[in-house]
Amino acid sequence: MTRPPARYRIITASLLTVAALYFLVPVYWLVVSATKNSADLFGTFGFWFSDPHPVDYLTAVLAYDHGIYARWFANSLCYAGIGAVCATLLSAAAGYALAKFPFRGREAVFNMVLAGVLIPGTALALPLYFLFSSMGLSNTYWAVLIPSMVSPFGVYLCRIYAAAAVPDSLLEAARIDGAGEARIFGGIGLRLMTPALVTVFLFQFVHIWNNYFLPLVMLSDSDLYPIQLGLTSWTGYADRQPVLYQYTVGGAFLSVVPLMVLMTVLQRYWRTGLTEGSVKA
Amino acid sequence: MSRPAPAARKRTRKDTAGRPRRARRTEARNARAAAAFVLPFLALFGLCFLAPLGYALHQSLQKTERTGPLGLGREHEAFAGFAHYAQALSDDRFLTGFGRVLLFGAVQIPLMIVLATALALLLESASARGIAFFRTAFFLPYGVPGVIASILWGFLYVPGISPLVKIAESVGWHVDFLSRGTVLWSLANIVTWQFTGYNMLVLIAQLKAVPGELYEAARIDGANAWQVARHVKLPLIRPALVLTGVFSIIGTLQLFAEPMVLRPLASSIDSGFTPNLHAYSEAFVGNNPHVAAAEAVLLALVACVLSFGFLRLAGGRAEGRG
Repeated sequence: MTRPPARYRIITASLLTVAALYFLVPVYWLVVSATKNSADLFGTFGFWFSDPHPVDYLTAVLAYDHGIYARWFANSLCYAGIGAVCATLLSAAAGYALAKFPFRGREAVFNMVLAGVLIPGTALALPLYFLFSSMGLSNTYWAVLIPSMVSPFGVYLCRIYAAAAVPDSLLEAARIDGAGEARIFGGIGLRLMTPALVTVFLFQFVHIWNNYFLPLVMLSDSDLYPIQLGLTSWTGYADRQPVLYQYTVGGAFLSVVPLMVLMTVLQRYWRTGLTEGSVKA
Repeated sequence: MSRPAPAARKRTRKDTAGRPRRARRTEARNARAAAAFVLPFLALFGLCFLAPLGYALHQSLQKTERTGPLGLGREHEAFAGFAHYAQALSDDRFLTGFGRVLLFGAVQIPLMIVLATALALLLESASARGIAFFRTAFFLPYGVPGVIASILWGFLYVPGISPLVKIAESVGWHVDFLSRGTVLWSLANIVTWQFTGYNMLVLIAQLKAVPGELYEAARIDGANAWQVARHVKLPLIRPALVLTGVFSIIGTLQLFAEPMVLRPLASSIDSGFTPNLHAYSEAFVGNNPHVAAAEAVLLALVACVLSFGFLRLAGGRAEGRG
């Protein structure tokens, strides 16, 4: 391949650098600000350090209100982790069946799932709250966990992937060998669908972790809050208690760092699995 | 949907050919196995998607009445017809909120997708150096939840604390990111910041699926980098563009966390700023669940109509089938 002219390379590099500045500057601001106390947060220039004590300040975030921050973090992990694992398994089973078992009403079920992809989650959250509160489920872990286990997009992706990646002949061979359907699914189906499952898990994990509306609507007990909800409750009190501004910034920093590391490490999977939905049409 | 007919005919022919029992047994086994695999999902799907929609529909058509002297007696539910829908649709703030979100989407979605496409094409062009670094840098904001992104940008918007405002003022430019006229676009910036990199990755993945010979052939035919991008790459990533478009439309209609977090900072954001915010305050502040239910139904309806409409318009209907 011929090398493009130098002029072209310089333009490309500068455009990419400008874009990188746009995406990284807020993150940089967060890193700098997490090392400041309340007074410096307001009094000093935001893009430079001033008397940094990151460890002291972040410990203070963790200690505040009997360590409520750690509790929120654990809640978030629990909602996103358990929710995403269950959603992935349920989607895998449903997608596998929709791809591999011709049965009456199959297309109707699939179309219903597709419609589910197009319904905005927040339009469902309010009715879901009314429904759950009439069942006595609101303001419990279940109120956030149960809806997190359903991923129509996951089913859609698993069906497309299973149709392409799980050969019928292999399933037939296993059946002739006398294996039960559950064993075939667990031993062959799940294994061949692994790339799609990783994608569904990551999607759902990030989706649940970032979800704000559902927990806001469902939960009133701050012990059940995920991290986002906890941090906004701090900003709500910050007018009366200015130190909470500092804790909000520190808490945001602490919650964002692990996710960013995860994003960087898992980027590869996103790129490979992400577009199954649109490529394998 | 015309497929089952020939299949059924084939089966009857097989039946007469002497293998009826086996075919029927296979079918029954299929149905049993399929049910076992699909039902757990369908049960939860019913509980979390169908039931709330049905409940919202039901609730939006009901009203709470009190009987007895002075209306202080027992509460009971009565049929209200479309009164709550009429109330929602005649509420100026609700309609303004809808208009605002549509305007937001009409500007922000094309901007973001053009930016994502440009970045994807730049990164995929052979001349880009440090591709891994740039790709990661662009994608990072996707890992920042909407609430945290809004808190972050909120600090960067508020005059007393924002280094951006300070820098602008030092060169004599007085900006107010949170004024009535600009706040919508400050929100658009937060959403663009978060999701451009994600959309870019979707497009890159699709670009990678395009066989390299195609580019070579175009180059040999004398096409320059711009022409290859315009006439070869863009048409090929069309399905991914449609996908990102649909997800952006759905996302825009749900706009909630960003305005909710910026509300305490910006007096220009009221409780009806977006349809979602309006429904939320009807339900929890106005204590008016029936109207909130009607608004949730309207929101879901508009989202479905818009995303289906877009899919049709983009000719992407076939993409949905596996």
